[in-house]
Amino acid sequence: MERSFLLKNPSVLVFLAVLAMFTIAVTVMSEAFGAGLVSTSFVKTLGKTLCLALIALAMDLVWGFAGILSLGHFAFFGLGGYMIGMWLMYERTRLIVEESMAQAAIPPTDSEVVDAIGSQIFGVVGSADFPPIWMFADSLTAQLVLVVAVPGLLAFVFGWLAFRSRVTGVYLSILTQAMTLALSLYLFQNDSGLRGNNGLSGLQNLPGVTASQDFVSIWFFWASALALGLGYLFAAWLVSGKFGSVLRGIRDNEARVRFLGYSVEGYKLVIFTVSAMIAGVAGALYYPQAGIINPAEIAPIASIYLAVWVAIGGRGRLYGAVIGAVFVSLVSTYFTGGQAPNINLGVYVISWVDWWTVLLGLSFVLVTLFAPQGIGGLVDLFARRQHPERHGADLGPDKGALRESEAEQ
Amino acid sequence: MLKRVLVIVLAAICLGAVAQAQTDDAGGAGLGAIQVILQDQAEIIVESSRQTIAPAIDAVADSGLPQAQRVMEVWQARDMYRRISDGLFFAAEETGDDVWTLTDFDTGANVGELSGDALEQIKPNSGVRSLIGTALVRFQLNDPDPAKREDAISSLERRANADLLDPLRASIEGEPDASLKARKIRTERMLTVAYEPDEAARIAAIEELSGDLGVDVRAALNPLVATTIRAYPDGVPDDVNLAAILTPGTDALSRAEAYEMTDGPALVSDADLMNALQANIDDGMVGGVPVAALSDPGRRAAAYGALADAGVVAPRPTEAQVQAALDAVTFAAIYSDPSPAVTQAAEAALAKIATNVGLNQVFDLGLDALSLGSIYFLAAIGLAITFGVMGVINMAHGEFIMMGAYTGFVVQQVVPNHTLSIVLAIPLAFAVTFAAGVALERLVIRWLYNRPLETLLATFGVSIALQQLAKNIFGTQARPLTSPDWLGGAVVINDVVSISTIRIAIFVLALIFLAVFLFIMKRTRLGLETRAVTQNPGMAGAMGINPGRVNMLTFGLGSGIAGIAGVAIGLYAQVTSEIGQAYIVQSFMTVVVGGVGNIWGTLLGAGMIGALHKGIEWFNPSNTLAAQTYMIIFIIIFIQFRPRGIIALKGRAAGD
Repeated sequence: MERSFLLKNPSVLVFLAVLAMFTIAVTVMSEAFGAGLVSTSFVKTLGKTLCLALIALAMDLVWGFAGILSLGHFAFFGLGGYMIGMWLMYERTRLIVEESMAQAAIPPTDSEVVDAIGSQIFGVVGSADFPPIWMFADSLTAQLVLVVAVPGLLAFVFGWLAFRSRVTGVYLSILTQAMTLALSLYLFQNDSGLRGNNGLSGLQNLPGVTASQDFVSIWFFWASALALGLGYLFAAWLVSGKFGSVLRGIRDNEARVRFLGYSVEGYKLVIFTVSAMIAGVAGALYYPQAGIINPAEIAPIASIYLAVWVAIGGRGRLYGAVIGAVFVSLVSTYFTGGQAPNINLGVYVISWVDWWTVLLGLSFVLVTLFAPQGIGGLVDLFARRQHPERHGADLGPDKGALRESEAEQ
Repeated sequence: MLKRVLVIVLAAICLGAVAQAQTDDAGGAGLGAIQVILQDQAEIIVESSRQTIAPAIDAVADSGLPQAQRVMEVWQARDMYRRISDGLFFAAEETGDDVWTLTDFDTGANVGELSGDALEQIKPNSGVRSLIGTALVRFQLNDPDPAKREDAISSLERRANADLLDPLRASIEGEPDASLKARKIRTERMLTVAYEPDEAARIAAIEELSGDLGVDVRAALNPLVATTIRAYPDGVPDDVNLAAILTPGTDALSRAEAYEMTDGPALVSDADLMNALQANIDDGMVGGVPVAALSDPGRRAAAYGALADAGVVAPRPTEAQVQAALDAVTFAAIYSDPSPAVTQAAEAALAKIATNVGLNQVFDLGLDALSLGSIYFLAAIGLAITFGVMGVINMAHGEFIMMGAYTGFVVQQVVPNHTLSIVLAIPLAFAVTFAAGVALERLVIRWLYNRPLETLLATFGVSIALQQLAKNIFGTQARPLTSPDWLGGAVVINDVVSISTIRIAIFVLALIFLAVFLFIMKRTRLGLETRAVTQNPGMAGAMGINPGRVNMLTFGLGSGIAGIAGVAIGLYAQVTSEIGQAYIVQSFMTVVVGGVGNIWGTLLGAGMIGALHKGIEWFNPSNTLAAQTYMIIFIIIFIQFRPRGIIALKGRAAGD
């Protein structure tokens, strides 16, 4: 069974091999284990990029395969980050507080320790008490479960409401965008219990770990690579079987799948929830590498960028999503980081920091218009696969009917 | 007092005796009456301290001399000088380069010129000046100049004073100006509430004031119902004005506060307990408990108990002792005003005012909701055309709003006159965004009809490009778009209800847009063609309509309206490159909630979202973020029940 799955999906093996080679190469060149050719901060950037590739994978599952353009996936990503961030922050503050309290003449009671942690963490928002949502913050296991459970639950409830009332297409996209906007606005309040716009910080320090950031960053890099590899395997398995076929059917003609007797809502709900859980895992790995999470991270614009990555990489194919996320985010880092040389036109100096976003926006328009298959479409050039040409006038009353230029082929 | 009268009498006699002989010779018997008083108080006048100045002001004010008012005005204005050579006070004015002309207070005559070196300015600080101002009020209340009378009333309103009640009452009768008279009467009522000794008159005044919504009225009434909490071991006596009997452990009175008022042994706070334990560590043990075991609260209490038993620290009262001490006394809130009739009248008046204020607040909230709704409507009406009628998702709509706002800003840089620049900016903004819309339609959207998700993505690309472009051109800082003066004010209906003129203007603009939209869609050829093309492009084409051209014009029209909305929004919000972002999600929500393809739905949607937003905000006024969050959640749930919006299109018009 396993053999046939891999034989049916040769791209999985190729992808895993490339990922493994990449991981080994970075490890060998890192400051922690090798030649030191790759700086620690760049290892972190690469680790974060792998996490972004993982959420792009999750996005591709819902958008590329099930046709649900979610403009709110960073809500799940951010929630995953918040969940792990709560434990990291609680545990690290606890260690600091216990150390300082050990100096006192009289040993502190448990509730005094908790109060001191509370005032340390919530001092910035003028509070000292733990809100109820921090109930499990002292337990790593519980928070790791929540990393998957909270995004999953939000996606389940939202998806159930939305799919049940047959909200589809752009309406669903706008609704998901509203969801992430609502969540980010909610978290911006000081009394949301997650420190308002300060967010959670100091996440790069693992509690109780004395190793330098050189090592910690490479550990996270490995974890991210592992998560991406497993996520890819899982996603490929998910879409290669019957389940995947039904999803593609829903994407191409929802009504027809429903008439065939499938529970379209159920399928959509499952893939939406699973995708949100993967996004939560990606976020939980991303934010310890970023070191800080705040509500601005889940503003609607972030999720739209996610759609941009997947579209540029090529939706409807898993490696396309990964390529898109890695390519666009690394290139963006290069251009907006100020490393790219400015172009002097004589009358005006083009500074890439300013003009990169303009270029990205325009190239995105061009990709949508002229290369809907994205970068992944280059693979088809080698494989000589043909895609229907969707331009031209309608030939029938149904929007799914063939277009003029398709019929001519 | 007697001495002062004597001096005045003496001075008057001197004045009569010497008659006009007192020219430049200001020494000796030639002093004017007010000068005598000033000399009498010279020391504290020169010292000019708020604490000690009162007798000097009283002396001048109570002198009964006609010159007193002028002296105090000059004094307050820091124009009073003392001649160093003989210590006399004059009003002085700098008439030339270091030349000061002195005027005598008593005669009003010019008494010569001096250089600044020979004069000492009396510099009353702001505290002293305000005391002088209060003393001046009684003179100014009857001043022939209405401006001065108004000043006097304002000063009375700010700083009430029991002594001024009678002068104020006396001045009401002769007041010629109707509005000033009304203010005098109102102030008199408030002073009566505060200072009138006669109870019936106070109650009458309180009742008269109960229809007034002013904050100052509430401020005048609130001290009457202020209470203090007292503990009575033998029950509440009859001679106090009782407000309520309080039970310890409620919101009004916590147990700890109540216990403080009893004479039981003092409570030991956690911090005191810790300090006591810390102070008594003896060889790693406290009261027989090892220090390491003190992380347990129970063991801590035990250790403290052992210390108390040994007599080292004060014992903690037990729970039963505390309860017994609390049970032994009655706690009561007592009005500081001794008259029950007055406090009752004040409570009743305050309750009536509170109801009144509540009703007015609801009305004010309604106005706010209406104005917020019209802003949403304004932002969404362009979308109602491009998205609602044509079905094109344009994520760059917000950036068209931004372009309109920046057009307004640029026009204002060129045309300094605010009114003219707004008048110019509106058509210009329409032109700019119309052109941008047509370009977007021709270059991008035309290729993506029937593929709404891809339209969404492509226009999003345009949106981020335009946003960054605006940042590159105008920078990241907010640009002001100044509204003309006639839009700057506010319409104030009473102390609770007011609305700024600019919001009224936006409301009117929204109505105009609605009318224009309806006119174009229902009464013009373009509207007819647009509706035809939307319903069936193939058939419309067969009827000789050019669908491409109609789509282009319709999209341009929707974009142009967004540009005008941008000018309006820019007038009251800061213009930044992100201004469009702030409205895009809400605008889509407005259109979707209202029902796609129906302008009345958009209107209802905007009204509903505005009302909802303000309504939620009312429950938690400090938190607009929460209001937005709950509003969006409400909308998500609303769409469950009416997936096609408030007004759903039916039949063929509904499309697929």
